[in-house]
Amino acid sequence: MKPVDTRESFTSRMLSSDGAVSVLVVLLGFLVGTILVALVGKNPLNMYKAIFQSLSGYNIDNGKMNVRYIGETLNYAVPFILCGFSMAFAARAGLFNIGGEGQYIMGLTVAQVIGLLGPNVPGLHWALAIIGAMLIGAAWGGIVGILKAKYEVSEVVSTIMLNYVALYLSRIICLQLPGASTYKTANFPETALLSNGFFQAITNNSMLNNGFFLMGLAVVVYWFIMEKTNLGFGLRATGFNREAARCSGIPVVRSIAISMAIAGAFAGLAGGIVALGSFRYGRVLSGMDNYGFNGIAVALVGNNTAIGTMLAGFLFGMLKNAQALMQGKQIPKEITFIIQGLIVVFIALRSAIALYLAWRSKRQLQKEVLAK
Amino acid sequence: MEHAIEMIGITKTFPGVVANDKVTLQVADNEIHALLGENGAGKSTLMSILFGAYNADSGTIRIHGKDVDIKDPNVATELGIGMVHQHFKLVHNYSVTENIVLGMEPRNRFGILNIGQAEKRVARLSDTYGLQVDPTALVEDITVGAQQRVEILKTLYRNANIIIFDEPTAVLTPQEIDELMQIIRRLKAEGKTIVLITHKLKEIKAVADRCTVLRRGKYIGTVDVEDVSEQQLAEMMVGRAVQFEIEKSPAQIGEVVLSIQHLSVADQNGHVKVRDFSVDVHRGEIVGIAGVDGNGQTELLYGISGLSPVSSGTILLNGADITHATIRKRIELGLGHIPEDRQKHGLVSDFSISENCVLKNYYQAPYSNAYGLLDHAKMAEDAQALIEQFDIRAGQGSRTAAGSLSGGNQQKTIVAREIHLSPHAMLVAQPTRGLDVGAIEYIRQRILAERDKGRAILLISFELDEIMNLCDRIATISKGSIVGIFAQHEVTEREIGMMMAGSKRDGGNR
Repeated sequence: MKPVDTRESFTSRMLSSDGAVSVLVVLLGFLVGTILVALVGKNPLNMYKAIFQSLSGYNIDNGKMNVRYIGETLNYAVPFILCGFSMAFAARAGLFNIGGEGQYIMGLTVAQVIGLLGPNVPGLHWALAIIGAMLIGAAWGGIVGILKAKYEVSEVVSTIMLNYVALYLSRIICLQLPGASTYKTANFPETALLSNGFFQAITNNSMLNNGFFLMGLAVVVYWFIMEKTNLGFGLRATGFNREAARCSGIPVVRSIAISMAIAGAFAGLAGGIVALGSFRYGRVLSGMDNYGFNGIAVALVGNNTAIGTMLAGFLFGMLKNAQALMQGKQIPKEITFIIQGLIVVFIALRSAIALYLAWRSKRQLQKEVLAK
Repeated sequence: MEHAIEMIGITKTFPGVVANDKVTLQVADNEIHALLGENGAGKSTLMSILFGAYNADSGTIRIHGKDVDIKDPNVATELGIGMVHQHFKLVHNYSVTENIVLGMEPRNRFGILNIGQAEKRVARLSDTYGLQVDPTALVEDITVGAQQRVEILKTLYRNANIIIFDEPTAVLTPQEIDELMQIIRRLKAEGKTIVLITHKLKEIKAVADRCTVLRRGKYIGTVDVEDVSEQQLAEMMVGRAVQFEIEKSPAQIGEVVLSIQHLSVADQNGHVKVRDFSVDVHRGEIVGIAGVDGNGQTELLYGISGLSPVSSGTILLNGADITHATIRKRIELGLGHIPEDRQKHGLVSDFSISENCVLKNYYQAPYSNAYGLLDHAKMAEDAQALIEQFDIRAGQGSRTAAGSLSGGNQQKTIVAREIHLSPHAMLVAQPTRGLDVGAIEYIRQRILAERDKGRAILLISFELDEIMNLCDRIATISKGSIVGIFAQHEVTEREIGMMMAGSKRDGGNR
């Protein structure tokens, strides 16, 4: 009897822990993805070899090691994590920020403008561009927050619309930049780049750059604002129960505007880092990069917490880096999108598991009552 | 004795709760049977099982001696069981008759609705049972009492001979309650069997033949109402001796703290709900607002607390004009508020007790420093002190999520927070609604203690008992205006009842 009891309570504990459920959901996504790969007649082992290589840099097939892959995985993860924070921060205040993509594009655009036109002073130049990217992201999100708070405009609708405004506005602006063609501008000056010689040296010339530090800083800032400041307290109260927050004197209009602005700043930062870290020239966008949209999934998997969102972002970065490697092993790269999609769908399991736990406790109670 | 209803050994569980634990209910044919218990005792669950809204986990049900399986409310209707719900299920822009026939509309042979025929039958039924309603009136135009009569007619139209009343007097004035008691007696005289769900002992004494008592999901006993006193019924319900009257020292009234002058407040749709309302609340007194639900009490408190904008008038707190101040400003100036809807306005249920305790002052010292950083340790420490002081039962101490507390402990948490803020004036709305007797006694005593500390308290309650027990002065509100203000000893429940219905009493008004 005794050992059964302890195992029962262990399962219950695991199932009622959000973190454990997220891990379970990710594993399920991979399991179904594996079955799909097998069904289309490919060897799923090759998929895992590609994923292993993107994580460790070690190619199992030919036994060669290339640390560059590790660097690329980390670099890809940066915008996923930051866009995840954009979604998560707004979500903690009770808002659904679909506008991460637009805020990201505006950040990217302003970083490119400052990168090409700014003062060629080492250190100052890229810092200015990154700050500019965060400010425009904050403004782009803040507008939505003000519309929502003051006039009850649905943030879902306004953020989706602003995504398109951002994309075409970005094209108009970037086409005016020096050396602009229909898809790229002139190269950035050295002072604008986020490149980090040390990172390049240890990762065999990967694109990993100073943006990684900024991301790390963002994780700390996110956690600190949410858990340690009274600003975060007011935002969380507003997110959980807007009416009770209002009744308690919390300025909910300001809370909502501020949370959307901070959410936008995270996405803007992601845009700035991608613009000046992963490319040597400005891009004239013809479509969306989808980091903003994937951020929604990242935040969902990470359950809107600082650490969870960071880990989920690394997962997505790893999958993105593994795409090219998979193609080299005859695995369609689309499988990574399918796995991402499956993970998001399986997130709904959280509610299913809650229902299951409720049902189980009911059954147990029934047994106790009827046994008497 | 012939039994109309026999429910034997009924057990029903919900996640985390045993709502009914082998409960037995036997109702004789053509009697008025009261089902008595505190909130959460399992009365409504038991009746929902009888009406087919829930299925029991185990137990048997017999109607007129026959075993039945009531899978859904349609089966209950076929068996002649009708239910008059606490919250009426009526379509407001339909006529009385249309509401009554809803779901079983009479048609002629071409399938066209024949409302005239139905109207005749409704008129005949309302004559037979003394249920006065106009069959052609729109439901939104008739009084709450008349709406309840429509609900009763609905069950009669479906040929019910067992009628269940779920807390039928919660929304009625004392006069309407008297009328309902007449109706129930008339229904019995016409051969119906009545089950009356209630926690009001007076009503049971007034009308019921027998009474079954439930406590915490368990069957306690069935008694002949004639043989027991209200006191004995209360003890069966609660499980210990209960004090009805609270010891109250004379009020030490001081200067005016909260002054409301010619206040008008509209609801979200622009309908004026409070009209030219004036009242002064002094230091050390409790002013009660008596009235039937929906006569502007909610909007009055929304206006004073700042949840709704005020259309006209002035609100002064210690002489400062707060008519248009932000909610935070009002709180800082010393306005406390125990809101009517504790889930919506009182608590953040995902927050812990300690977070809920500082919901109004988390941004000030000692909980925040000058840089806006929270002191979680101090929050937890103070919350722990409040938990002990107010006897809040929480599984994980100050870290317990407010949503996992029982209703009484949630209300204690709110009361603890508001008292801890030590406001000059306190708005208190429905402080004991839905709580068990122990929590009710405790919270009423706390409110009185605040009065004796010199707070000015404005209390709204739909329970006339509560108003009479707690208040020093009583204002009666009808359709958003004051009908009269009297000192508590100058007025009877009966007179307040008259005023609640809108008729003025001479004299008084001070």
